[in-house]
Amino acid sequence: MSSAPSTPTASPPAPTASGGAGISTGAWGWAKRRAGGIGPPLVAGLVIVALWEGLLGWLQPDGFLLPPPSRIVAELLENRSQVFTALQTTGFVVITGLAIGIALGVVAALLVSRWRTAAETITPLAAALNAMPIIAVAPIFNAWFGTLAPRSNQAVVIVVVFFPVFIGTAKGLSQVDDIHLELMDSLAASRWRIMREVRIPNALPYLFTAAKVTSSLAVIAAIVAEYFGGRQDALGPLIVQSAGLSRYATAWAGVAAGAALGIGLYLLVTLIERLSIPWAMDGHATNS
Amino acid sequence: MTADPLSSDSAPAVLTQGLGKIFNPGRPGAVEAVADIDLTVPQGGFTSLIGPSGCGKSTLLRLIGALTEPTSGTVEVLGHDADTARRQSDYGMAFQKAGLFDWRTVSRNIELPLELAGWSTSKRRARSAELLELVQLTSFADHRPAQLSGGMQQRVAIARALAASPQLLLMDEPFGALDEMTREHMQTELLDIWERTHTTVLFVTHSIPEAVLLSRQVVVMSPRPGRIDQIIDIDLGQRTDDTREDPAFFAAVTQVREALRAVEREAGPALAMPVADPTS
Repeated sequence: MSSAPSTPTASPPAPTASGGAGISTGAWGWAKRRAGGIGPPLVAGLVIVALWEGLLGWLQPDGFLLPPPSRIVAELLENRSQVFTALQTTGFVVITGLAIGIALGVVAALLVSRWRTAAETITPLAAALNAMPIIAVAPIFNAWFGTLAPRSNQAVVIVVVFFPVFIGTAKGLSQVDDIHLELMDSLAASRWRIMREVRIPNALPYLFTAAKVTSSLAVIAAIVAEYFGGRQDALGPLIVQSAGLSRYATAWAGVAAGAALGIGLYLLVTLIERLSIPWAMDGHATNS
Repeated sequence: MTADPLSSDSAPAVLTQGLGKIFNPGRPGAVEAVADIDLTVPQGGFTSLIGPSGCGKSTLLRLIGALTEPTSGTVEVLGHDADTARRQSDYGMAFQKAGLFDWRTVSRNIELPLELAGWSTSKRRARSAELLELVQLTSFADHRPAQLSGGMQQRVAIARALAASPQLLLMDEPFGALDEMTREHMQTELLDIWERTHTTVLFVTHSIPEAVLLSRQVVVMSPRPGRIDQIIDIDLGQRTDDTREDPAFFAAVTQVREALRAVEREAGPALAMPVADPTS
């Protein structure tokens, strides 16, 4: 604000392009600190497990409804072949569903950023798909794809994964620095070159963020979808049937296996991210 | 207009006639950014555009670079129409923000225009090494832009603008975001590059001393819409470290300042910005 008198007739400055701020610097620093500091969460986790074990032994000695961690581990070891088979079955559904969902989301985002008509067609459809209560249509997918095949569960995972990846990637492809576009324009770069040199690299951090979110979401979607059908040697049926037979420790062993799958996928995506976009992992300050 | 290859050598670096630009023409938000611009920048010259903010300096630069379409008038760059000049990389451009790509190393940022022009990898490497030496950043070739200071990033951006050896350099307040000392270093360096490469420079700035120090010709613009108010020739000869303290330098600064004040007085109180006005 200047002290000069401002008049209402002052017209706005010429609408030349102004540089958009870079993507959030803080988020990268945060992610880096998070990934770097493995110690504190590990200690916190161990403390929670110890409290769980100790408090339960004191409050609820039979450990029937909420078994102590030691019992869950023992159950896990005893039924390891059953749990491991279930983990493999669900893991297959999650990984294939995740891969296909991410691929479709990226392709849709590329189409949308390239063609206006595609944007006008795909975006409302994707939003409608996302608004659909996907868990509620899982039984319908069973009817379409077969009750005992993993395909209906894969379809649920694909639909759940698609939208966050599509929206995130489309945002990264469109929210590029104005200066970068002007520069490419001054170099008479083709749309394809702008896509390759500016938009795609800019979208990668957004894509990885979406992939990390959906890696856990995919496990949840797969297990819930399995409650309604699909192969019977999966984590969903294992949990439901064990709980139905009051074998809670086995049910918890299934939950633990699902959590391990989610954490493993999250770490895998983080590793790929670190290897493929090192520039975004430096906790950098954007150009000014 | 130039089938004759010789004419592009003798043609001015920039020639505009009756150039005008209206944003959102015919709509309620219409803004006439520049009007009736007749500007000639001779080859090998160093010309600055200066004026109050919102006077359309940046718009004029973008019209010359064919980054935006004129509403009226014509632009010729080195004897070609502006868009042809853009397509054949006759000019390089530098902006207020360095605008480097975080995902490329410093040397690969400099090589970008050459990649787009289809140079071979080995030729690109050689050229970027040359330019890194010119801007004194050889040891930073493999660094990422985020690891460089603002001044260093801006030097990389200038090296990138020079990569394809353009005959014209369009610069939009390239030192505007730098601190005073870095800015002085960059000015000296730019003058040095200009003398060594014989590149014509068209330079937009807010700073009167910067315009006077660098340019052979200062174009003073008046606002709303931006028009050329007057063109002041600066004759300070070869610039040295002492030029900044030379009485002739201060005289020229005063001359440009007076011209700008006159422009602002005419434009009315809306523009009487922080500059203290002796007549009020």
